[in-house]
Amino acid sequence: MKRDLSLVSDFIPSGSRVLDLGCSDGTLLAHLFENKGCRGSGVEIDPDAVLEAIRRGVPVVELDMDAELDAFGTDTYDVVVLSRTIQTLRRPEAVLRQMARIGRKLIVSAPNFGWWGNRITVIRGHMPISKDLPYEWFNSPNIRFTTLVDLQKLFEACELQVEQAIPLSPHGNPLRLRAKAANLLAGAAVYLLKPNPTGNLGHPSLG
Amino acid sequence: MGADSVGVVNTQTVRLFDSANPLRLESGAELSPVDVAYETYGTLNADRSNAIFICHALTGDAHAAGWHLGDKHPGWWDTMIGPGKPVDTNRFYVIVPNLLGGCQGTTGPASPRGGDGPAYGLDFPILMMDDLVRVHRALMAYLGVERLYAAMGGSLGGMQVLQWALETPEQMERAIVIAASSRLTAQNIAFSAVARKAIMSDPGFRGGRYAQEGDNPDTGLATARMLAHITYLSEDALSEKFGREPQFSESNPGFGVDFAVESYLDYQGESFVERFDALSYLYLTRVMDYFDPLGSDNATDAIGANPVNWLLISFDTDWRFGDEHTRRILRALERAEQPVTYRMVPSKWGHDSFLLEVPRYLETVEAFLGRPL
Repeated sequence: MKRDLSLVSDFIPSGSRVLDLGCSDGTLLAHLFENKGCRGSGVEIDPDAVLEAIRRGVPVVELDMDAELDAFGTDTYDVVVLSRTIQTLRRPEAVLRQMARIGRKLIVSAPNFGWWGNRITVIRGHMPISKDLPYEWFNSPNIRFTTLVDLQKLFEACELQVEQAIPLSPHGNPLRLRAKAANLLAGAAVYLLKPNPTGNLGHPSLG
Repeated sequence: MGADSVGVVNTQTVRLFDSANPLRLESGAELSPVDVAYETYGTLNADRSNAIFICHALTGDAHAAGWHLGDKHPGWWDTMIGPGKPVDTNRFYVIVPNLLGGCQGTTGPASPRGGDGPAYGLDFPILMMDDLVRVHRALMAYLGVERLYAAMGGSLGGMQVLQWALETPEQMERAIVIAASSRLTAQNIAFSAVARKAIMSDPGFRGGRYAQEGDNPDTGLATARMLAHITYLSEDALSEKFGREPQFSESNPGFGVDFAVESYLDYQGESFVERFDALSYLYLTRVMDYFDPLGSDNATDAIGANPVNWLLISFDTDWRFGDEHTRRILRALERAEQPVTYRMVPSKWGHDSFLLEVPRYLETVEAFLGRPL
């Protein structure tokens, strides 16, 4: 399992009901079912990945996250995961709001466009290609590029409270960094979020 | 007959309800005797854990796979069931009955009343989906199976599976519901209403007493089938099969059969009359019209306590029970926190796709049945 999937897994309490948006072949969920007594489902749009997830015993709902998350009931999952997928969404804000409706806790991981290596590439006049953003501009599935600081602004707008934030090195190792430094030095980050209808922010964040 | 066929098979019949033990229907009426025609394929294993129960659609029968001697075609779900096929008979014990109310060996409105009287006709009691399922349960018990590995079916077959799983989820580990509906729309009911009208207004219907009076509503039943058959295929499928081709070497304008599609529908209607009973058509379409198992507040209480592993499949070109019907089931099951796998499979054939060789669909069923729990 990729290192940030194991980080995501660490955030998930045993026995949780988990919805993994963009679950690919169901690796994370299969791991959670087997090792943490979890249950739950994945959402995936790639037909081959859907078939692979079914084969490994993961319930998977094949639909378009951008438009069709109303298939899921309010407050029906303990944790909703969006792992390295937010940058591929057409409507990330709508998806975050749906996640907050469906789940009691949210886990979001995202690549950081603000990583220093990317900044240098842009200054040199090129679109960045890195371990975390490994595509050419014309063939990338990634259509939304954000820095960690700007991502947190969207969390705030969606009234999502950051309970924990773990910046990751370009090799996927957790970094002990303050927020501003993380925006420069982290290749990606994993966030544990809580829907916060009272609007009471002020917990640790990278922003 | 290839190595992936179950080979030559026979339909058997068993009396599951008699006057000492009549079938109590949802309506309160009692029915006896009730005979059920069924086929089985494969072998029940020692711990009786490998049984798959197949529920057929409106005009299906117990002959789902393999060959009856002398037939030109194998059973109606031979693409799905057989050695090495998605429902692998090397691994599973497969049970397929003809439905209550049907006309292919199981008791229905054309059966003799009380076992030896004249045909029931319209005196046959009105059936609900639950009545069909009660008979399935009795067959399962008769065959010595307490819990199914899976129950599965397409269209009306999927509706029986849905009813069954919602009511007694402890009887199955998996439920596969294909191209089905949890509640017909006005358009669905309208199509069936026209079909029933065609049958009942045929003079040969004789108020439902056609069997006693040596008649049959051939024209009405054939018309009903022609109409329904159009709704089972997509517009593209009809275009691809027939386009606007003339039936004969050149077009002959008039009111006879001139386009190829007309000839095809005529053939569908005529061959249907050979094998299907008009009263069964009335009773079973009505079962679908009244079906609404998610309509009550406590509809999902039983599955809440005893979750079932669900596979829901729709086809993108199905306009009889389109994807929105399956989505409605998905939403209800998700709210009940069930483990649900859902796919809308691309296929050009429309509703009938569930009977056809659509690779992604067959792979999905195979993967779902093969997986560990």
